[in-house]
Amino acid sequence: MGRFLVQRLVHLVWVLLAVSILVFLLIHLSGDPIRLLTPLDAKPEDVERVRRLYGLDKPIPAQYWDFLRRALRGDLGESFRYQRPALELVLQRLPTTALLAVVTVGLTVAVGIPVGVWAGSRVGSAADWLVSVATFLFISLPSFWLGVLLILLFADRLRWLPASGFESPAHLVLPCVTLAVYTTGLLTRLVRVDVLEVLSQDFIRTARAKGLAERAVLSRHALRNAMISAVTVLGLQLGNLLGGSVVVEAVFAWPGVGWLMLQGIQTRDLPLVRAVVLVVGTAFVLINLAVDLLYLYLDPRIRYDHGS
Amino acid sequence: MAARWAPAPSPGRRRPPQFYAGAAILGLMTVVALLAPWLAPHGYADQDLLRSLQPPAWLPGGDWAYPLGTDRLGRDLCSRLMVGARVSIAVALLSVLLGGGLGTMLGLAAGYFGGRVDRTISRLIDVQLSFPPVFVAIAIMAALGQSLPKLIVVLALVTWVQYARVARANTLSVREREFVAAARALGAAERRILSRHVLPSILPPLLVVGAVNMSNVILAEAALSFLGLGVQPPVPAWGSMVSDGRTVQSLAWWNTVFPGMAIAVLVIGANLLGDGLQRAR
Repeated sequence: MGRFLVQRLVHLVWVLLAVSILVFLLIHLSGDPIRLLTPLDAKPEDVERVRRLYGLDKPIPAQYWDFLRRALRGDLGESFRYQRPALELVLQRLPTTALLAVVTVGLTVAVGIPVGVWAGSRVGSAADWLVSVATFLFISLPSFWLGVLLILLFADRLRWLPASGFESPAHLVLPCVTLAVYTTGLLTRLVRVDVLEVLSQDFIRTARAKGLAERAVLSRHALRNAMISAVTVLGLQLGNLLGGSVVVEAVFAWPGVGWLMLQGIQTRDLPLVRAVVLVVGTAFVLINLAVDLLYLYLDPRIRYDHGS
Repeated sequence: MAARWAPAPSPGRRRPPQFYAGAAILGLMTVVALLAPWLAPHGYADQDLLRSLQPPAWLPGGDWAYPLGTDRLGRDLCSRLMVGARVSIAVALLSVLLGGGLGTMLGLAAGYFGGRVDRTISRLIDVQLSFPPVFVAIAIMAALGQSLPKLIVVLALVTWVQYARVARANTLSVREREFVAAARALGAAERRILSRHVLPSILPPLLVVGAVNMSNVILAEAALSFLGLGVQPPVPAWGSMVSDGRTVQSLAWWNTVFPGMAIAVLVIGANLLGDGLQRAR
């Protein structure tokens, strides 16, 4: 356990270092960053002054070191557009995106696990076939298109639900459903296969032989095993939801970090974009760590001490 | 040439129907994409403002000259979809090939040579697997600026780890097999062992990864072009067509519905192919 934790922490440091390098390079990928900081008609000596002011006259490694030192103190620069610390802006929006992600994961679990167990325990039936086809479609639809279709149907035509914004619980419905369709498809398929595999094993035959009710077989044995793959998928997807919901936030004008990043991209506000990437990247890494720790709890057979 | 080192097919093994269905969908769409300039009833950028937002042919007011209707500028949707297929398919194939090639080479090197090479590459794989790929692609495309080659390279760079991981794991086990030892005993050069003996035996699982990844790449490309970070206008990409269509969606649903449907069908094709390859193993 101790060694595992140390390994994970070393990994964490490497990943965060990689995140910081990526974030640092973003501003250089776009060409000479000085062009973003000065008007086109600025006098050359003014341009040079700004270059020195921002430390852009130093060699790249030295600039990275400056960036890293400031980032560690929580200083990611000021947003060009809002004239406020970029990190503060992102952290303000983080709960909004997290809300979307958490509700989506809740919805995914509430539908995906029961349906997956149900289909997996009657493989070959018409119901199982239907679930397989439906979930196959779920993982094949582009999320932004699904979102647009849902708006077209439920907001424009039927006028049941709001299309965009963030004022009431009703505003959560369409974006969460849009995001949950893919994750539910993924989870249901995985749980189904898990249950299918577990049900063919010896300990299940024993459980049945000793007269355990089918319900109890499913809930006590099959479900517990299915949980492990569920945690894997959800851990990965929660991270993806924190960042990958950029598209869905764009469709529904959801004021989270993804939307903030898009605004940053459109206004060439690179400090803001950098801050979003750094925060989302860090959140993703921490979630992965939490998932690894959760495995230990769910499956006592997993011991990270031996081998690696 | 290929027949000499390809793993012998097990006699009588048939691929599942999913494989053929997926291959048929992808094949058909590729043919349409290749022949788009000849098949398309109109030029993809031909505007006719008098015919803007014309409905699909089977609806009242429709015209068979514009089978799927027209967009805001009176451009023929059907022609634009056909040309858009070229973007989606080219990006999917090329970034899968590029990412797959890069990932396979690095995974092969890590698994075969072991030691420091393996430690370095494995660390790189581990680190990159801790990043959400689509999110990173969005950030990089935003900073780099947009073009077709950049799009392909960025999508390859965020997906190579998938192949590298599988290539490394399979190389580790193949490396210990007798035929590799035999080749080495006969004095074959490392290069030859890698390309003639190890690579062919690790290819089948990599094909599965490639097919599964292709659907992810198609979805990623569509999402990027929806956000305006993919191929730039006037070249039509399906994702940007959906985004264009949104401005007129209450007047002309066909502008958003058909391009998205095209993406979904292509992704379904890739997923079926991947499913089929997986079951055949």
